[in-house]
Amino acid sequence: MPFDLIKNGLRSASARKPHFSSARDLKKHYDVVIIGAGGHGAAIAYYLAKYHGITDVAVLDKAYLGGGNTARNTAVIRSNYLTEEGIKFYRDSLSLFANLSNEFSYNVMFEQRGQLTLAHSDAAIRNFRWRAEMNSHFGVRSRLLDRAEIRELVPSLSMNESARFPIVGGLWHADGATARHDAVVWGYMRGACERGVELHQLTEVQGIDISDGAVQSVQTNRGRVGCKIAVQAVAGCSSLLAQMAGIRLPIKTFPLQAMVTQPYKPLLVPLVSSPHLHVYVQQTSRGEFVIGGGSDDYPLYNTRSTLEQKESLADGTLELFPFLAQAKILRQWAGITDMTPDYSPIMGPSPIKNYYLDAGWGTWGFKATPICGQTMAQLIATGVTPDLIRPFDLERFYRFQALDETGATAASH
Amino acid sequence: MSQVNRLADTFGLLLDRRRPVLFEFEGEQYEGFEGDTIASALAANDQWILSRSFKYHRPRAALTMAGQDANTLVQIAGEPNCLADRKPISAGLAVFGQNYSGSLKRDRGSWVGYFSRFLGVGFYYHAFYRPRGVWELWAKYFRRKAGLGRIDTNYRAEGFDKRYRFCDVAVVGAGPAGLAAALDAAASGAEVLLIDENPTLGGSLNYSRIEADAAIDARLRIELVDKVLATQNIEVMTDTIANGCFADNWLSLVSKNRLHKLRAGRVVLCSGVMEQPALFRNNDVPGVMMGSAAQRLIKMYGVRPGKRALVLAGNDDAYGVVLDLIDAGVEIAAVVELRDTPVSDSRALAVAKSGTKIISAATVFSASSRHGRLASVEVRSIISEGQCGDQPTTIECDLLCMSVGFMPAYQLACQIGGDLNYDDASASFSIHGLPEGFDLSGSVAGTWTNGEPVPNHHWPIFAHPQGNEFVDLDEDLKIKDIIDATYSGYEHIQLVKRYSTCGMGPSQGRHSALAAARLVAKATQKSVAETGVTTARPPFSAETLAHCAGRQFHPALRTNMHQRHVEAGANFLLAGNWYRPAYYGNDAASAIRDEVSQVRKSVGLIDVSTLGGIEVMGPDAAEFLNRIYTFAYKKQAPGTVRYALMTNDAGVVVDDGVACRLSEEHYYVTATTSGVDRVYRHMLQRNAQWHLDVCLANVSSAYCGVNIAGPRAAEVLQPLCDGIDLSAAAFPYLGVRLGKVAGIDVRVLRVGFVGDLGYEIHAPQHCGEALWDALMAAGADAGIRPVGIEAQRMLRLEKGHIIIGQDTDATTTPMELQMTWAIAKAKPYFVGKRSLDIHAARPQQRTLVGFSVDDTDAAMPLESHLVVDGERLLGRVTSSGHSPTLDKLIGLAYVDTESCAPGTKMTIRCDEGALTTATVVTLPFFDPDNSRQELPS
Repeated sequence: MPFDLIKNGLRSASARKPHFSSARDLKKHYDVVIIGAGGHGAAIAYYLAKYHGITDVAVLDKAYLGGGNTARNTAVIRSNYLTEEGIKFYRDSLSLFANLSNEFSYNVMFEQRGQLTLAHSDAAIRNFRWRAEMNSHFGVRSRLLDRAEIRELVPSLSMNESARFPIVGGLWHADGATARHDAVVWGYMRGACERGVELHQLTEVQGIDISDGAVQSVQTNRGRVGCKIAVQAVAGCSSLLAQMAGIRLPIKTFPLQAMVTQPYKPLLVPLVSSPHLHVYVQQTSRGEFVIGGGSDDYPLYNTRSTLEQKESLADGTLELFPFLAQAKILRQWAGITDMTPDYSPIMGPSPIKNYYLDAGWGTWGFKATPICGQTMAQLIATGVTPDLIRPFDLERFYRFQALDETGATAASH
Repeated sequence: MSQVNRLADTFGLLLDRRRPVLFEFEGEQYEGFEGDTIASALAANDQWILSRSFKYHRPRAALTMAGQDANTLVQIAGEPNCLADRKPISAGLAVFGQNYSGSLKRDRGSWVGYFSRFLGVGFYYHAFYRPRGVWELWAKYFRRKAGLGRIDTNYRAEGFDKRYRFCDVAVVGAGPAGLAAALDAAASGAEVLLIDENPTLGGSLNYSRIEADAAIDARLRIELVDKVLATQNIEVMTDTIANGCFADNWLSLVSKNRLHKLRAGRVVLCSGVMEQPALFRNNDVPGVMMGSAAQRLIKMYGVRPGKRALVLAGNDDAYGVVLDLIDAGVEIAAVVELRDTPVSDSRALAVAKSGTKIISAATVFSASSRHGRLASVEVRSIISEGQCGDQPTTIECDLLCMSVGFMPAYQLACQIGGDLNYDDASASFSIHGLPEGFDLSGSVAGTWTNGEPVPNHHWPIFAHPQGNEFVDLDEDLKIKDIIDATYSGYEHIQLVKRYSTCGMGPSQGRHSALAAARLVAKATQKSVAETGVTTARPPFSAETLAHCAGRQFHPALRTNMHQRHVEAGANFLLAGNWYRPAYYGNDAASAIRDEVSQVRKSVGLIDVSTLGGIEVMGPDAAEFLNRIYTFAYKKQAPGTVRYALMTNDAGVVVDDGVACRLSEEHYYVTATTSGVDRVYRHMLQRNAQWHLDVCLANVSSAYCGVNIAGPRAAEVLQPLCDGIDLSAAAFPYLGVRLGKVAGIDVRVLRVGFVGDLGYEIHAPQHCGEALWDALMAAGADAGIRPVGIEAQRMLRLEKGHIIIGQDTDATTTPMELQMTWAIAKAKPYFVGKRSLDIHAARPQQRTLVGFSVDDTDAAMPLESHLVVDGERLLGRVTSSGHSPTLDKLIGLAYVDTESCAPGTKMTIRCDEGALTTATVVTLPFFDPDNSRQELPS
């Protein structure tokens, strides 16, 4: 039995420190106000406190810690993107992920199981070869697989050649991983709170005060809070919050649905996705199959689920794994995805002075949590945008320098 | 002895005792009756343990007998995680317990329980990560331990399907409230659908005892059920679970192998309540069950639930349980009454009269088991909320019935948007904020059969110094686990759930939500109302993927000539939903080479039916095209064809085709196979915005088409033409003519996509095969042959034509494609113009160029291979192949604009990192002066 387990077992509960600052009054003013206590908000706070000594920080959330898309995503971590900027960004995120548990002393259960994306057409093979070549060029492990290699890698996958959409090849991303998504935000927030950051849950930002073109304070349901710097990290309602600051973001917002089955004995190790069938499947370490990939057809700010998406997800899953017909769906849910035109995020300064954007996270927010937190913290602390995220600024849409990742999503929209 | 616990035949509403059924459990044979579930038949045979728990591998038996708890999940063929208290037995059914190693009785995995101190809430977050990377090893170990049932990877679902249904009023739940609601609705003239998950109507009336007189429930049931069955406009669906209620009363119902999708005018939810457990040490041992579970066993299944029972009473219903147990011949050891006030209910008076021992203001403090079955309990007096006195009284019993409280069966109501509120006086949750057209009736609404609400006991929770008071049986969570989670800072109920996994198991918090809310409220000094419960999401009850997928309908599109391709030995490729012939014959390389050569030297026939076709008609048709495409169309003469390039608002190339002006106010526009639906949608949207006098129709599926191409195309085609003169003067390049070919009304477009003389013949869809046959016959002498998509791709590559989606990506501009010739400069507006003007004023980053490889032994550049300069990335290949006409490797590639001049050398990194040197060449590769478009003289 690991030593940590014995140590924790013998220590009484009251001797344990709470992981997060418990409820207290909001101060009148903070150096930095972070709006949104999801993975990103927590990570920014953590890196600000740990690497830049900035601890007069409040992280505000209208609901609870990690309750937005951090709670709702399907915990896929990968870096097999298409653009140089995207690949480098997610590659660095992945390497930070690999060390998180030890950095936090909190097990985020990072597991590099590899991710397999399936091609059902020669057009998909062309796209996968492009990604494989680009990934390899920038040190990310991706390669094209033929049918025989796929069969060996995932023996349970249906390789029926007479299927309606037979599998013709795949993109194997050995770096692909998963982690306990909740643990990531908890680990960051615990680390931030240990260093003096305040977490304020059930604190909703309702207005942003700007004068002389700079942010002065935010209005909340618990009163006005002054700040030198504010940053928004509210995936799922980025445009609504930005609007309060008078900023228009090029975002359309769609629900993305997923579902989970009851737990079964393990039989699938890698994460498997099929963009053509609009589905991705993985089996968690609890034994449940998590199935995602269904984006709604129309924009909506609502986390309700629909029967149609469940039917479509089930259909796609059974094309790949027919035996999962007997698996039972336990729960279906939705997250809200802020889709940018180029499927890349928006990070960096905004037209408002001292107001920073961490937005447009579509379906790729969780996997970017560590690197986004680290680079945004650096930007806030120094006022200089790190090279890694410079291409992702809002201005790129006005410069016509889109970072096109539309061909690299696991789900299709 | 068989069926030792079976009661006399006055009990067992569901049983048909004339039909014994033999089945197996854990390899041993048991007998039950038709109507038994697996759990009831095993209970009749004194076999209580059904499974081992998720974490500590504790033996578990049915808690509710209503298919609501995870204790009864067993394995049968084709169905892991099968609910034993819902699944009927059938002859020869082989049933196994789940989640044990060794045997169900002696589980080698049960050692875990002895270490529970070290495996408290969230233990895995605080260990197993040092040294770095070691978690990957632990994860493998945990994965093996995780999971419940085993999925058979050879399983294939059969016979699952779906049905759409409609009704005026859907009544969910056929208990007393549901039956009454259905009758009321029917009386108003509505078409009513009455849905119940059980095999019979009646709901709680099948097992409850609302008064001392046992006959009342049965009488009420018979009266209501008879009326319902006699009512014409009530349709009854039993054995049907209402699993989801989506927006606008869109319900998913699971019944046997069918998913019913029901749109209901109104929904009346009469789902009743779910009985809740008390929390004390070892409240999970087999023999501890809900009071209602014991009543179900007795009345529905004719099974004696124990020999000597103790009833833990927190409400008056407990006394109905006692009376039922007495009727079933169960000795009552005692009633332990949590309350300290006298109970005046008729059932309580009857129990008092029977001489049963009643211990007031006391609770069960702990339970002990022997051989996997409850043996005795320790009873203590209650001195304050959740606190017990020091004096234990030990009472021997093998059955403990808990009647301490209820939770409304709120799931469907919350799915549709209802909220749960907690009332401190009745210590109960109630449902509010429902949308119009969705109503509650009966106990789910707090209205009970006898008119009186049954208040919950406010605190049936008794922490024990040694723990094991299970809050969540699915996940083996104890009181300490929940409290510790809040102490660690996970105070919000959602965080408690996520950190502890409370409510995340198969029963989704049915029996843990209430207790967890109370515990968290107390630990965080909030009210239960403020604390609340976690969100209810569909489905109500686990449903298989087979149900949701149904028969799986994937439409396939085949062209009208499909059969001819099959006969010609075509290999097909998928393009969207279309099957298109890739090449004809067995060997791809030689087939493609031969097909290309055939077009270049004689004539070939290509099926182009999948192309999109859109009619644009009206006085503003030309203006519309001028705005939607980059080219100019106003001065285009009727009878001519013009290239059509489409950009989006960002100036990115998104589609192409040709615009055929058939008359002043009528264009026929083609679009790419995969793009046409998007293009048409885009046109409709713009047309709505622009208010032009234009009418649009997507006629893609109305037309099929062939491209007859090659120097001898006109020669072969002319004899079949009626009213179309193919002579160069009468029908020049980029002309369009209407007439007949082989007697079929057609539109003929003279276009040059493949780089040779060619005619695209668009004919009514149903004439495709006749057209194909006529052309093949007419071309026999010329050696005509079918040509596939692969050859067409090579033909167009030789000619330097692009394919949208292959040679373009989501940022490609016309400038990058060197196609500024397709942009009309003088137009005031077209979609994308503003962006293109901005682009044009900036330095261009990349250009699509043609390249050829001179070294015949060089590695083959494939599509998407990168163009590099050492470690520097210059671009990528978009099209490539061996040109049969030129006999060398050619292709298209994006390169840095500095490297795009013809003659520039470039390096392509091929498979395995092999570097191939290529040279930028001027496009096209073939027939630069377009002389091949001339009719041979």
